[in-house]
Amino acid sequence: MSKFLKRSAQGAGVPHEKGTSNLETVKMTLPSKIVLSMGQHIGAPAAPTVAKGDQVYVGTVVGKAGGFVSADIHSGVSGTVSEITTIVAPNGAKQTAVVIIPDGEQKVDPSIAPPTVTDLKSFQDAVRASGLVGLGGAGFPTAVKLAPKNLDEIDTLIINGAECEPYITSDNRCFLEDTHHVLNGIKQVMKYMDIPKCVIGIEGNKPEAIAKMKAAIDAPGIEVKELPCRYPQGAEKVLIENCTGREVPFPGLPSDVGVVVMNVTSVAFVSKYLETGMPLTTKRLTVDGDIVAKPQNVEVIIGTPIRELLDFCGGLTDEPGKVLYGGPMMGNCVADLDQPILKNNNAILAFSRKMSQVPKPTNCIHCGRCTNACPLGLSAKEIVRAYEKGDVELLQQLNADLCMSCGTCSFVCPAKRPLAPSIALAKIMMKNGGKK
Amino acid sequence: MANKLIVTAAPHITSADSTSKIMQRVCIALVPTLIASVIIFGISSLILTVVTVAACVLFEYGYCKLVGREVTIDDFSAVVTGMLLAFNMPAGMPVWMAIVGAFIAIVIVKQLFGGLGYNFANPAIVGRIALALGFTSRMTTFIDPVTDAVSSATPLGVAGTENAVSYVTLLLGTHGGVLGETCAITLIIGGIYLIVTKVISPIIPVTYLGTVAVLSLLAGRDPIYQLLSGGLMLGAFFMATDYVTSPTTNKGKLIFGIGLGVVTCMIRFFATMNEGVSFAILLMNLVVPYIEINTRQDKLGIAKVKKGGAAK
Repeated sequence: MSKFLKRSAQGAGVPHEKGTSNLETVKMTLPSKIVLSMGQHIGAPAAPTVAKGDQVYVGTVVGKAGGFVSADIHSGVSGTVSEITTIVAPNGAKQTAVVIIPDGEQKVDPSIAPPTVTDLKSFQDAVRASGLVGLGGAGFPTAVKLAPKNLDEIDTLIINGAECEPYITSDNRCFLEDTHHVLNGIKQVMKYMDIPKCVIGIEGNKPEAIAKMKAAIDAPGIEVKELPCRYPQGAEKVLIENCTGREVPFPGLPSDVGVVVMNVTSVAFVSKYLETGMPLTTKRLTVDGDIVAKPQNVEVIIGTPIRELLDFCGGLTDEPGKVLYGGPMMGNCVADLDQPILKNNNAILAFSRKMSQVPKPTNCIHCGRCTNACPLGLSAKEIVRAYEKGDVELLQQLNADLCMSCGTCSFVCPAKRPLAPSIALAKIMMKNGGKK
Repeated sequence: MANKLIVTAAPHITSADSTSKIMQRVCIALVPTLIASVIIFGISSLILTVVTVAACVLFEYGYCKLVGREVTIDDFSAVVTGMLLAFNMPAGMPVWMAIVGAFIAIVIVKQLFGGLGYNFANPAIVGRIALALGFTSRMTTFIDPVTDAVSSATPLGVAGTENAVSYVTLLLGTHGGVLGETCAITLIIGGIYLIVTKVISPIIPVTYLGTVAVLSLLAGRDPIYQLLSGGLMLGAFFMATDYVTSPTTNKGKLIFGIGLGVVTCMIRFFATMNEGVSFAILLMNLVVPYIEINTRQDKLGIAKVKKGGAAK
């Protein structure tokens, strides 16, 4: 009852569309080139360490982390650097990129060897060297996440396996195909960070993953939590509240409430890296959408052009309207099919022109669906109205900057108003002190 | 580059619900009551409803054309207003009066304030009140469907006297009153349909009806009789829940519903009028903006920062 009056936070009943959830992951053939963006993570971009004409191998560092909050970039092929160029990142910014033409031999870099991990420091160093970033989509460097300032206060590791975006099933496949690595990765993180408890959060629409993980757990302190099928269960703050009952303060981090959250694919990669020493050079992702000939989960070398990935999946059956990096709720539009796959991609979705039409917005009828659906308790219609008036003081009062752009408000709006993008603009206005 | 890809901001999908679908569901929910009114009061109630709906739609179309605003009749909101307004008139009401009511509701209350979403009060309620004040005797001349006698007494007017009608009569609606308020059964069915299809939240009707029941008990009146008579059922399920003129948060809806119950009972028990639903809704409509800004939700993680900040 108290929660009922506090905030409804109903979320949205988004369609699941998880038709690829039962399809075994297929390894993609070698692409004709790979384009490695130096900005595949939150934080400072990496700096290229190779020059045109250099020979690289599978696992060779081609970009060095540009600071503490940054990550190394590694080549996923053996071959020759053909150029250092500039590409447009999904957010529209320009980014330096290293282009490599594979020689087809896939020779592994001689320096690749399993890391020696004995304590927390060497564990963190290993994760840093692996180039791992949050693979759920955010792309936050994992090594930074595993080094919270208040390490002794961290009592819970949460594994994000909600996968609440429609269409995407790559995390589901990770649970099913890499069960051992998921569990081993959890144990390693718990061991070196001295965390007693782990909750694996999985949305109820993945009963096989839930059953498989429950059966596989062989250590104390680890449990599976079935999450309701309401988008956005995978949003970090929502996940933490549902798994522990704790509210992450704003502004603040999960570590402020004693929690570290890792995506399931990230934690499985930690285990793989500790076994092999092979850095992050491939990614499992879901290729789906109404015009993809053969929707499936594909293990693809990072940097592969989207066009070649789509061709590998049988090509497109119709003229594309939108192609998305990620899911339809939070994913970014791809402007050009020559753009590469990034580390934090978990899906490439291609939709027909018909499916890509943006509905025409009509007057707000104050139905309150946006307010009652917002997982954080914000009132989208009030924020948008304050933005339109240019009232920064009111935007602050409404905590518009708390918004995480999950898109729930836009989805539920019966008047089809673009609420989430307007709030994103409102946040910019708050930063600029009132200028649109 | 003939076939450029579409680039827009996320999200890229929206729910299947739309404004017009919601309004259509409200119309569907009103149909059982319309059928009941035709059975109870005869074909004239159907004619009155059709004329009022047509007038509302035409006024909306004409006004939008006149001022160069985009025509919005396809969102069905004018149809809903027309049906509700007709349901607030007694059978046998002259058609021209209904058209005047439609003009007030659509042009004055809705369109002059900016159209759908911008009206400060429920158009049908204001239309009803304007008609009740302008044509008082006509608006209170009710035909008793059983005896065909004309009288100005409704069950509320005779509540507590030896002329009071039975619960069954109240449920079936076979008594004097306006078209859409007499048959409690069909109104409840329509209300439940709206709740089940998630068009409305149950909070406002439940707290409104609950408050009236409790206050009736406290005032020593028959709560069931109070709930089933007058415009309460129509008001609680269909008029008080109008999105534009009701609060959006659970907290706000709770306060709004209780406020409606209190005002309705005050008018019914202490004022000279028998009926208080329409004035209660209008009055509460006016305070909705204040309820809204004072009943915002607690945002995740925000309260903690405030406490921490105060401690510093």
